[in-house]
Amino acid sequence: MAKVIVVTSGKGGVGKTTTAAAIGTGLAQRGHRTVVVDFDVGLRNLDLIMGVERRVVFDFVNVINDGIRLNQALIKDKRTEGLYILPTSQTRDKEALTREGVERVMEELKQEFDYIVCDSPAGIEKGAQMALWYADEAIVVTNPEVASVRDSDRMLGIVNSKSRRAELGLEPIRAHLLLTRYDLDRVERGDMLRLEDVVEILAIPVLGVIPNDPLVLHCSNLGLPVILEPKSKAGQAYRDAVARLLGEDVPLRFTKPERRGFFDWFMRRSA
Amino acid sequence: MSLLDFFRRNRGRRSAETAKQRLQVLVALDRSGGGGADFLPLLQKELLDVIRKYVEVDERRVKIELEQGKDLSVLEVNVEFPTARLRARAVA
Repeated sequence: MAKVIVVTSGKGGVGKTTTAAAIGTGLAQRGHRTVVVDFDVGLRNLDLIMGVERRVVFDFVNVINDGIRLNQALIKDKRTEGLYILPTSQTRDKEALTREGVERVMEELKQEFDYIVCDSPAGIEKGAQMALWYADEAIVVTNPEVASVRDSDRMLGIVNSKSRRAELGLEPIRAHLLLTRYDLDRVERGDMLRLEDVVEILAIPVLGVIPNDPLVLHCSNLGLPVILEPKSKAGQAYRDAVARLLGEDVPLRFTKPERRGFFDWFMRRSA
Repeated sequence: MSLLDFFRRNRGRRSAETAKQRLQVLVALDRSGGGGADFLPLLQKELLDVIRKYVEVDERRVKIELEQGKDLSVLEVNVEFPTARLRARAVA
C-alpha cells in the first residue's frame, strides 16, 4: 500500500525542500519506488535542489487543470533508480490546486509508487494545507530556534485538524520531528535549544537530527540531494532518518559531543 | 580577551534556557486558542461606555495592557481623567 508523506514546517527556510529531496532519494536508494511532489506552486524549487530544473516541461498544475497526462509531467531521476520528481508551476498560484485535483493525482500516483513525498510550501494556509491534505505521515522540519519551534507547534495543530484523515475520522496522521541545522557546539555552550527541549515542547517522536553541515549548501549548489554525498554528516543523518522511517531501530548520531583531545579544545576556545 | 575571560567564556550566556521557557509559555497560549487577546478592543469600548456613565473620559487617556504568563495573566486597565470632572459629576 502506497504511503503519502508530507514534509512540512510552518516556517520558511528551515530545510523542507532539502529534506524532501534527501528523504525521497533515500527511500528510492532503499529500493522503494518513490516520487517527490513539489506543492510550492509559484516558487518552484524542488527541481533545482534535485538538479533536474532543465528537464521540466509539464508540471503538477498542468496535470490537474490542463489535461496533461501524469507520465508527461513526471521526471525520472538519472542518478537514483526508481526515483521520480513531479515539479510544480513557476507561473501559477496556490489557487491552481484543488482538493479534488490533488486527490485524483495522488490516487493515480499511488498505483505506481510505494512512497509519495510531498514538499510543502511555507506558511499554514491554503498551499501548506493542500500539501498535507492527503498525507498518512508528516515530517515536521524544525530548527532549534524559537520561531521555528513555535511555528512547528502551530503546524502540528493543523496536521491534526485539517487533513483528509482528520475530516474523515480516520487514524490521525503520524507526525515525526526532524530537527535540522543542529549545532552541537552551540548546544553544549547553552546557546542553542537541545533536542530534548524541542521534544519536550512539541511532544512528537524524533525521526532524526541533522547536524549543521556546510556540505548541505555545497550540494544544493550542485543540484545534488545531500544524501548522495557520502562524506556529509547531514547526508549520513538523513540516511539514518530514512531507516527509521522504514521502521528500523537506528541510534541517533551527532547529538552527543565526540571525545576530543586538549588540542581540539584549545583551538575551539581560541576561535 | 584576558586570560581569565578565556577560561570563563561559557559563563552567564545560557540563552537556550530562556528560549525554552519563552517557548513553553508561548506554545501553551497558542494551543489554548491564539493567545485570546482578540477581545481586547471590544472590552476597551464596553469598559469605556460604563465608565462614561459616571465620568467624562478622554479616549486617549485609556491604557489597556495584557501580560500573559504560563499559569496567570494580568489585565491592567488604566483610565486617567482630571479630578475636577469627577467632582463635577458627583455634585450634579
